[in-house]
Amino acid sequence: MEDGLILLGYNISMFAMRVRIALDEKGIEYEYREERLDNKSPLLLEMNPVHQKVPVLIHNGKPVSESLMILEYIDEVWKDKPPLLPSDPYQRAQARFWADLIDKKARLFYEYYSKYPQCVIVVFAELIAPHNAYFQIYINGGRRVWFSKGEELEAAKKELMDGLKLLEGELGEKVYFGGDKFGFLDVALIPFYNCFDSFESCGKLRIEEHCPKLIAWAKRCMEKESVSKSFAVAPPSMIDEYILMTRKKNGNTE
Amino acid sequence: MAKSASVQLLGSWASPFSNRVQLALKLKSVEYELVEEAFYVSKSDRLVKANPVYQKIPVLIHDEKPVCESLVIVEYIDEAWTGKGPSILPSDPYERAIARFWAGYIDEKLETASGDEEKFAVVGKVLEGFALLEEAFAKCSKGKAFFGGDEVGYLDIALGCFLGWVKVAEIIGGGKLLDESKFPGLAGWAERFLSHDVAKDILPDALKILEFFGKVQAARAAATTAAE
Repeated sequence: MEDGLILLGYNISMFAMRVRIALDEKGIEYEYREERLDNKSPLLLEMNPVHQKVPVLIHNGKPVSESLMILEYIDEVWKDKPPLLPSDPYQRAQARFWADLIDKKARLFYEYYSKYPQCVIVVFAELIAPHNAYFQIYINGGRRVWFSKGEELEAAKKELMDGLKLLEGELGEKVYFGGDKFGFLDVALIPFYNCFDSFESCGKLRIEEHCPKLIAWAKRCMEKESVSKSFAVAPPSMIDEYILMTRKKNGNTE
Repeated sequence: MAKSASVQLLGSWASPFSNRVQLALKLKSVEYELVEEAFYVSKSDRLVKANPVYQKIPVLIHDEKPVCESLVIVEYIDEAWTGKGPSILPSDPYERAIARFWAGYIDEKLETASGDEEKFAVVGKVLEGFALLEEAFAKCSKGKAFFGGDEVGYLDIALGCFLGWVKVAEIIGGGKLLDESKFPGLAGWAERFLSHDVAKDILPDALKILEFFGKVQAARAAATTAAE
């Protein structure tokens, strides 16, 4: 196994995007390898046998998987570069808590999407809508009752807004979630901004009206080279097309 | 140095997630007040205030600042009391990543298993998990007693809190889950962990859990009848 740093990713993977942004923020050189989800490389299967998912960071032949854990690893190994996590233990705990919340919902999103592509909107809404009955039914019941498109859309809109408002509250008046500096939680969340545009068109939402701070934050993040560079690889329109294409395929053509 | 009154744990002897935090606090010899929450009956105002997002235990309140999510709390304890007692997480970044990975795997497995109504599917998932964790144990322990090496660490805590519940599942289900013939490494580790000073007084035994489980079922049934 070769030395150096290799990142296994996928172009519209928001999790892989997190790692690309973090590595670029730190000015760390690495080799990026694009994976095909329908034809995973032997390297991916060998390096992440348990989940067989991207991203995987391979450092001197040793694999680290799970995007947030990769971010922590990067922070710990490249200590001479500006840190992603704050130094205060309580602030670190807060950053980890909120990043974990985003991850919990994101996991649901990907599970759902593979089973029910027509329900992408509903699923994504749960991405950041933490404490509501809809989400609880899934966790406890194992099965979900799918409502009609109209109801789904309304319920999804509400959940999305509830979740975004929570994050809006956590951001408050800060420039970034990390305070004055772009940090761990900013990196954890910004890749999902890619999807906001898609929801604006699919769900006819006006996120900016309800969560102006969050949108302002996202635009500030987009001014950073590390972020805009990784978005350029998977521009919002690509995701938009992907989602609309799947919706059409499943008969949801509004 | 933290005084006992400045560290509070909203939790319960009966919750394995709460036990994780208790184990970590014990490892670091941190004095604290355990505030027992009857989490299976209702959510106290105190809990809702401390954890508005999930409204769940455990919540560690340190100098009036709340920390939620058991694994986040364990890392917090390691960092807030960094000079005191042994380190909970390994010092090497790669080993830390491995420990976090397996702890995350355990929690994810639990989440998906709890969504299953079919007992057979749950058992299948548990056994699948044990098979992978058996391998993980060999790699992490490197021939020593615990996942953390000579001493109990992060992954021992993350998994060890469920040992009593595994025994309960075996009693209810009538089958051996942590079978020493299939998972010799894990079975040996389990015995050592359960008899370790850190775990002995914190982890409830299977019978106590069973009794508690019965109470919860009864309380929930009564609540449902009352609601109807």
